[in-house]
Amino acid sequence: MAHQQIKFYQTGTFTVGNRLLDQQLRTVQATADRSNSLDSGHRACQGCGEALGARFAIDAAMRATDNQLIATNATGCLEVFTTPSPESAWRIPWIHSLFGNAASVATGVAAAMRVKGRSEVRVIAQGGDGGTTDIGFGCLSGMFERNDDVLYICYDNQAYMNTGVQRSSATPGAARTATTQPIGDQPGADFGQGKNVPLIAMAHDIPYVATASVHDLHDLEAKIIKAMALHGSRYVQIFVPCPLGWGAHPQDTIKIARMAVECGLYPLFEAEHGEITNATKIRSRVDVTEYLKIQRRFAHVFKNPDQLAKIQAIADANIQRFELLSTVGNGQ
Amino acid sequence: MLKQIEGSRAVAEAVALCRPEVICAYPITPQTHIVEDLGVRVKSGRLQPCEFINVESEFAALSVAIGSAAAGARSYTATASQGLLYMAEAVYNASGLGLPIVMTVGNRAIGAPINIWNDQTDSMSMRDAGWIQLYAESNQEAVDLHIQAFRIAEAISLPVMVCMDGFILTHAYERVDVPNQEQTDKFLPAFEPRQVLDPAAPKSIGAMVGPEAFTEVRYLAHHKQMQALSFIPEIAEEFKAVFGREAGGLVATYAIDDAETVVVTLGSVIGTMQEVIDDMRSEGLRIGAVSIRAFRPFPLAALQPTLENAKRVVVFEKCLAVGLGGILASNVRMALRGRAMPVYSVIGGLGGRPITQSSLRRLFTKASNDDLEGLHFLDLNKDVVNRALEREESIRRSGSIAENILRDIGLVAAAKTT
Amino acid sequence: MKTPFAITLDVGSSLLNKTGSWRNERPVYLDRLPPCNHACPAGENIQQWLYYAEEGDYNRAWQEIMRNNPLPAIMGRACYHPCESSCNRAQLDSAINIHAVERFLGDQAIREGWRIEITQAATGKKALVVGAGPSGLAAAYHLALAGHQVTIHEAGPLAGGMMRFGIPKYRLPRDIVEAEIQRILDLGVDMQLNTRVNDIPAVMNEGGYDACFVAIGAHLAKRVNIPTPDAGRILDAVSVLRGMETDAEPPRLGRRVVVYGGGNTAVDVARTAKRLGADEAVIVYRRTREQMPAHDFEIDEALEEGVVVNWLRTITAADEESFTIEKMELDDDGWPQPTGEFETIKADTLVLALGQNVDTSILENLPGVTIDRSGVVEVGPDMMTGYRGVFAGGDMVPAERTITVAVGHGKKAARHIDAYLRGKTYTAPPKHELAGFDLLNSWYYSDAEQTVQPMLDEIRRQTTFEEVLGGLDETNALFEARRCLSCGNCFECDNCYGVCPDNAITKLGPGKRFEFKYDYCKGCGLCVAECPCGAIKMIAEEI
Repeated sequence: MAHQQIKFYQTGTFTVGNRLLDQQLRTVQATADRSNSLDSGHRACQGCGEALGARFAIDAAMRATDNQLIATNATGCLEVFTTPSPESAWRIPWIHSLFGNAASVATGVAAAMRVKGRSEVRVIAQGGDGGTTDIGFGCLSGMFERNDDVLYICYDNQAYMNTGVQRSSATPGAARTATTQPIGDQPGADFGQGKNVPLIAMAHDIPYVATASVHDLHDLEAKIIKAMALHGSRYVQIFVPCPLGWGAHPQDTIKIARMAVECGLYPLFEAEHGEITNATKIRSRVDVTEYLKIQRRFAHVFKNPDQLAKIQAIADANIQRFELLSTVGNGQ
Repeated sequence: MLKQIEGSRAVAEAVALCRPEVICAYPITPQTHIVEDLGVRVKSGRLQPCEFINVESEFAALSVAIGSAAAGARSYTATASQGLLYMAEAVYNASGLGLPIVMTVGNRAIGAPINIWNDQTDSMSMRDAGWIQLYAESNQEAVDLHIQAFRIAEAISLPVMVCMDGFILTHAYERVDVPNQEQTDKFLPAFEPRQVLDPAAPKSIGAMVGPEAFTEVRYLAHHKQMQALSFIPEIAEEFKAVFGREAGGLVATYAIDDAETVVVTLGSVIGTMQEVIDDMRSEGLRIGAVSIRAFRPFPLAALQPTLENAKRVVVFEKCLAVGLGGILASNVRMALRGRAMPVYSVIGGLGGRPITQSSLRRLFTKASNDDLEGLHFLDLNKDVVNRALEREESIRRSGSIAENILRDIGLVAAAKTT
Repeated sequence: MKTPFAITLDVGSSLLNKTGSWRNERPVYLDRLPPCNHACPAGENIQQWLYYAEEGDYNRAWQEIMRNNPLPAIMGRACYHPCESSCNRAQLDSAINIHAVERFLGDQAIREGWRIEITQAATGKKALVVGAGPSGLAAAYHLALAGHQVTIHEAGPLAGGMMRFGIPKYRLPRDIVEAEIQRILDLGVDMQLNTRVNDIPAVMNEGGYDACFVAIGAHLAKRVNIPTPDAGRILDAVSVLRGMETDAEPPRLGRRVVVYGGGNTAVDVARTAKRLGADEAVIVYRRTREQMPAHDFEIDEALEEGVVVNWLRTITAADEESFTIEKMELDDDGWPQPTGEFETIKADTLVLALGQNVDTSILENLPGVTIDRSGVVEVGPDMMTGYRGVFAGGDMVPAERTITVAVGHGKKAARHIDAYLRGKTYTAPPKHELAGFDLLNSWYYSDAEQTVQPMLDEIRRQTTFEEVLGGLDETNALFEARRCLSCGNCFECDNCYGVCPDNAITKLGPGKRFEFKYDYCKGCGLCVAECPCGAIKMIAEEI
């Protein structure tokens, strides 16, 4: 009698936890005693991807640093919805200074910890894409080139949400924002503009750069934990859909993120010292339409085949560039 | 210890004596020598423990200091002119958060037209930013004020700007009595922050405050500065006790007891004025001067008695509120509410224009005769101004006023030929 | 520490802000009915026993099966597993190999000698079960567990019914059948073999029985009239298969055997003939393969073993050594119609496998009992016949004739008989709403193909009666159990707890699942969208 050989997988690898998994294989979010760094009562919209991404990331960092963590925060939704006086939703030492200086403030905190010999205390700076890729970019770049011992986390929701959904340099082509309206020959945001800050970060030759998404918690936490194991400047950019700004249903926040990654538009990768070391493979590839059709900011694209083709081409190029498709089957 | 030393180096030495833990450096003339000197001290190991950080802008410089101060480290930076404006947002933020940062401003003009020389438009632009502003008369005082500044900042948890005239003080070699470490340590205890970022006792710093409490927050900021009005002189007294030298405080007076004409000013120009006053007094003119050492909080109460017996006040300042006149003058007028006397506002020394004794003598003479317009520009070249105005009327040429004036006085042509 | 007013805040002070007031809809946890459970004729809670098996708690998994089905080792082999046909996982890759896990658990129970304890107090009531097939055995088992004293009267010499006489041993080894029957008898059930019941009221009266469950099956072979000079060459499938069990010698079928029919029994007979040494075993069926009632996998296995099938043929006549066969063709409605074209096939024996009828004589004389036109006994929703106190089930009542349906009948009847004996009425608990595939978020399930059971090689399959399909070993069974999607039932994956942007879920600890903090839940619905198994739904808030 011959047994047919099959691959051994276990259900639940992609869920947050699962009672069948070893404790070490479960996410930080699966633990009853997670730090809940960003706690209930905050004023984020229903289904806010940024609120979710922030708790995912900071809780993981708290675990990685044995709760010895200080965070600085750029102005933006995350700041506004967590700390409207007199209530704070944070459970960590946290400071908000300005829109454009979260990286520098973090540099200062890290310097203070170093000068005081408190090497166990680690520092995170965080902000939205506007506060990171635009107004905070000078400070961020400075922090990178000095290799200051800070992890900068950008919660990327691809526009200025706090001010009412205006275009940022992270807004993708065709996307509708308040300042890139879906009118004229080329509705929505222009193609061929915007910055890829992860790649720019890599050009600073810093120890670690990664992109992550709220839909893949295991991947996200692994990247945060890895980042916290390193010293020097590190950059993690987390894809956090914004139901309000993107015209999506609050319950679809994670689905949108999943589709963004699975269609190739948002490649998840890691780079060390300027070299890409890993790309998270697409588990089951979908057309960009699967991603676009659940967001009203792209509604006009479906009347404009040219734009749709451009977006698909971007996804295809990403898939090729970052080698996002697995050569042997799909999986983990 | 007495040293013949450049002002910037003396200040650097004073800052070093205060054991700063984080220093952020971004170059801008004329404050560069201060941070250069501090950089050497840190790198050589003479100033330890201290983090010296070369940042990418003034905005970052103060932002780093905000972070380090919030994390409980004694933090220092220096800037001037455009740099101060570039960090303006952070200037307000540092005071709003109540962070006891000490910053030197090497006073310099603000462009356009770009100008690297001294006036006080830069620090005056930040007068309402919530910082305590101290103005140094001399390099000795600059040294002493820095030591006091850390003490004041940390005691009341507000940032302090020590303003010293660019080049005139920063680049001048003078004899300075530089305190020793023992004295300084005695005067300045270790920094005990009022609030600190610490995993052991987490706090959320920098909340958004809405209409329901914003007025109260602002009132409390004002109240804090009002408290500083009594605290600053106390610190000065303490300083005198430890160092045996008078420095700081709210205002300083010179020959005002019987003065009919009192000049009120800020910063280093008082030195020149004292010499002119001495001369004119020897000729029988009853003239004196008051030097504002703490411009914020503005010492209304301390100023009033100094002007009690004056028949006229001449406010002399190196900055201009364009469209209004003197900034210091406006403030001084508040101290003279209800007093019927002439207050002359004089603007001088802009962009490094020398303030000569003869000009001052002419000015004081005219003032004493009440022969002065309400707003007077010292040594204004009226020919140039008039030509420019005439041209404006006829051509309405666009472009900067400065370029046209330079063309008038032949500098543009000269520059083109060289 | 004296901190600045309004600007510096205490951590976690946002808990004062009850964001639950934003909500229009609230999420609620619920258990939905997994399609496997829904499809199981025996009413097994498959998802639940797989859940225990996933944890490696095989005993608890087995105990869970035993709540509904006393014959897991048999059912794991002989059930046609409608559960797998409806399994949601089939839409991802392939269905869970449920029967194989059940078989593993059943075999494990036999190996380990696991027992079921009677926890109900003895009622003093007596129940008579007529027929020791799957239905009767199941009823006896459940009645015994309920505290009643049970006696089974079986007309034949061996217990098991169609499990023994209908299913060849290469599919269902007899030691397995005996072990599972014995375990029921060990509960104190009295088995009277070779005891035919003719007059139920008399036997009940005589034995002092308070209720009776009749499940004598359908054993009368259907026949067709085929003109033949030698009737001895035409056998029926029931007798052939029964002969395999009861006779000293296996039936003599000859070198060339033709089986007439298209059901599983026809296939079983053909495969049996092969194993008895027939060179040729040919199935003749009047319709097409697609229309054959026999299960696909059985036909495949038979073909692999060398059985030949002639589709679209009828047998019209027989002579000394051959049979005349007429070709058929399907009409527009899909019915076979004669073509007038004939061929002959040489054969030693023709076995008719055309279905069975019920011997209803046992009930015919009971007042109130109705036999319907197709010759089966009518029962009410409580499985009671028209005669009070007499219940019936299995192949003799209108239903699909499978041992799983029979076991289900036995259980259902036992529930009602128990209630009847206690003077009560049994009401089945309401069924949960179905957990359809569209309610799942399958992204979270990692890819895993179905574990294939090892198969006996073909040569041995043609010559011996060894079991064709092997069992899963523990690793495979565990793996297979873990492929379960847990449709509609929380398996504590922590997704809801993890994906809530508002921390509005409390994790209660292993086995205790989760709880919503409605003070903070904003009603975004992410937990519902990201629950892999569809165990949460949104309901409107009352405003």
